[in-house]
Amino acid sequence: MKNLKQALLAAALIAGAPLYAQKDAPEIKFDSVPNALQLPANIYLGEVAGVATNSRGNIFVYTRTGHPTVTLGTARPFAHGGSRLFEFDPAGKYVREIGKDSYGFMYASQVRIDPADNIWVVDQMTNMVMKFNPQGRLLMLLGRKAENIPLPARATTGDGAGRPTDLFERPTDVAWDAAGDIFVADGLSNARVAKFDKDGKFIKSWGKKGTGNGEFANVRSIAVDAQGNVYVADGGNKRIQVFDNDGNFKTAYTGVGNAQALCMTKGTSPFLYVSNSNPPNDIDRDGEIYKMQLDGTMVGKFGRAGKLPKEFGTVNAIDCRNANTLYVGEVGNLRVQKLVLH
Amino acid sequence: MKRILTWSLGLALLAAAPAFAQKKATVENVPEMTYTAVPNFLKLPPGEYLGESVAVATNSKGHVFVFHRSANTRLFEFDQAGNFLKEIGSGYYGFEFAHAVRVDKDDNIWTVDEGTNMVTKFSPDGKVLMVLGRRPPAVAGAVPFPSGPNAPAQKYILCRPTDVGWDPQGNIFISDGYCNNRVVKYDKNGRFVTQVGSEKVGKAMGEFNLPHGLQVDGEGHVWVADRGNNRYQVFDNDLKPIREITNLGTAWTACISSGPHQYAFLSNSNPNGNMPGTWDTTGEIYKTELDGTVLGKFGHPGKLPPGFQVVHTLDCRNPNELVLGEIESWRVQKFVFKPTTPAKSASAKSAGAGAN
Repeated sequence: MKNLKQALLAAALIAGAPLYAQKDAPEIKFDSVPNALQLPANIYLGEVAGVATNSRGNIFVYTRTGHPTVTLGTARPFAHGGSRLFEFDPAGKYVREIGKDSYGFMYASQVRIDPADNIWVVDQMTNMVMKFNPQGRLLMLLGRKAENIPLPARATTGDGAGRPTDLFERPTDVAWDAAGDIFVADGLSNARVAKFDKDGKFIKSWGKKGTGNGEFANVRSIAVDAQGNVYVADGGNKRIQVFDNDGNFKTAYTGVGNAQALCMTKGTSPFLYVSNSNPPNDIDRDGEIYKMQLDGTMVGKFGRAGKLPKEFGTVNAIDCRNANTLYVGEVGNLRVQKLVLH
Repeated sequence: MKRILTWSLGLALLAAAPAFAQKKATVENVPEMTYTAVPNFLKLPPGEYLGESVAVATNSKGHVFVFHRSANTRLFEFDQAGNFLKEIGSGYYGFEFAHAVRVDKDDNIWTVDEGTNMVTKFSPDGKVLMVLGRRPPAVAGAVPFPSGPNAPAQKYILCRPTDVGWDPQGNIFISDGYCNNRVVKYDKNGRFVTQVGSEKVGKAMGEFNLPHGLQVDGEGHVWVADRGNNRYQVFDNDLKPIREITNLGTAWTACISSGPHQYAFLSNSNPNGNMPGTWDTTGEIYKTELDGTVLGKFGHPGKLPPGFQVVHTLDCRNPNELVLGEIESWRVQKFVFKPTTPAKSASAKSAGAGAN
């Protein structure tokens, strides 16, 4: 009992200690729209890793629905299933499932929509980035799923720089510059950014595990501005790093906590939303989302960790196509919230 | 060679011994309660089956929810006459290995799943309203079964949780579980308030050896079936120990009835894995007053109805109409008791209104 008290006390002290997150950013008022997504009776969301809208306002949700299965063949264990991609109309009415039983869907990481409304899906367990056309047919694949999985799992090793090939290790996100070049956040086992041209030809990668400029604790999310600068959420180092289009370090923004989900708004004066996501095992700390200018100037913040509407459970995705109507995907609360900022 | 032999012998003994030895109840002179079993209570549509029916609960309309281990863990809803209505949560992330289902005073349906470490609150029409705990991420792959001491218990991560209950204010109590040994209190919004016990096994008051079942009475007192310690522990609303009940055999599950006069039903279920003679000394369910006074007992192990095989939870919303879920025999049975006093019949009438 004494140990427990000490542990709780220690936890309280840690929670109360000043983090890097900004405590003095102004509060942005906001509301959560009830029943933003209406699910059919036989469909349930699991952990919502990705949410994104297309130009018509349709909403795509990439979710860890669970129940991956392992089957045996030629004495090797093969793994399948575990995540699903759903599409909803702008009113939140269910439209369809895309990629049902896809070879590449196991552990959802992110979904993003490019300017041509193609749907890009990033999976952390099959280590693949999949580009679907707006109709839901595959156009291009990056990375390759391992043929079989080791049982028991092997610990990952290495400095996070990758093999260095165009194969990923737990990729988390994807973004594009104006020319269509592709930037993959890679990821939670690697710690690098991989750059491809628009046709999927591997150009280069940069970064490895570390705390210096151009090094990452992990690479959780990525965004590219109109000039081609690359913004990388380096969550474990509690910062956003900014690079030029070739991966040269420019600057870093702290004060945003455990940067996990990034979204850059469109238009002539874009903003950056970044989530100081709470760890999945604690809702008594963190959780707020920051709004900042691309030069790092803080605009404000909103929300906190929790289970109620207007509270967040480990946000992993933010959609900000409309700068004041956001969709956030939550790992902890198995849901998507639609937020209206005032 | 000798060492190998000893090691294999140890393994053989370990495999043969039940995880927790069953204990004969020491209470004496308990009157037998008479009951009638409702034949073929639950009617399943063609092609549908129950697996291990570890969890059963009723709502205020008398609908019966069965959370069972089929090829997939599934949650079925039946009407009060036992007709199948629908499935809830098909393919849901928080269903892998059922352990408990309970219905709160607002008819929300709560599932406790020890294969995902998740407790889920569903609305009466089956939408997810809140989740507690987190399923271990699949991306970590299959890891060897942990050996050695349990990892330290965390506020918001459960470890094979077993049951859930609520006090009249809506605070949430979870028994947790097979790899922690504690009871956690959360407020109605899911925020951690306090806990009793820890990850460690213990025998003192406020310690547990597999807290396997939990319910909360109208006073907000928390009843915990401390299975490995062969006792029930009762706690106040802040989880300070009040007393223990040690004479009713092995504590598998607890149920507190509704209405102004509440009763406790406590099951000395027969174990998984019976020795010759086990059926003669275990399997009975006790009815007690909330002060612990034993009023009666009923039931016997048996493969055929109305015998039961390892009662895992029972529903006692109406103390004269019990619904029992069994692990072995994959079955749910309903037993009807003749009310013996006017007081009981009064509480039966108002059964729908109270907390369960």
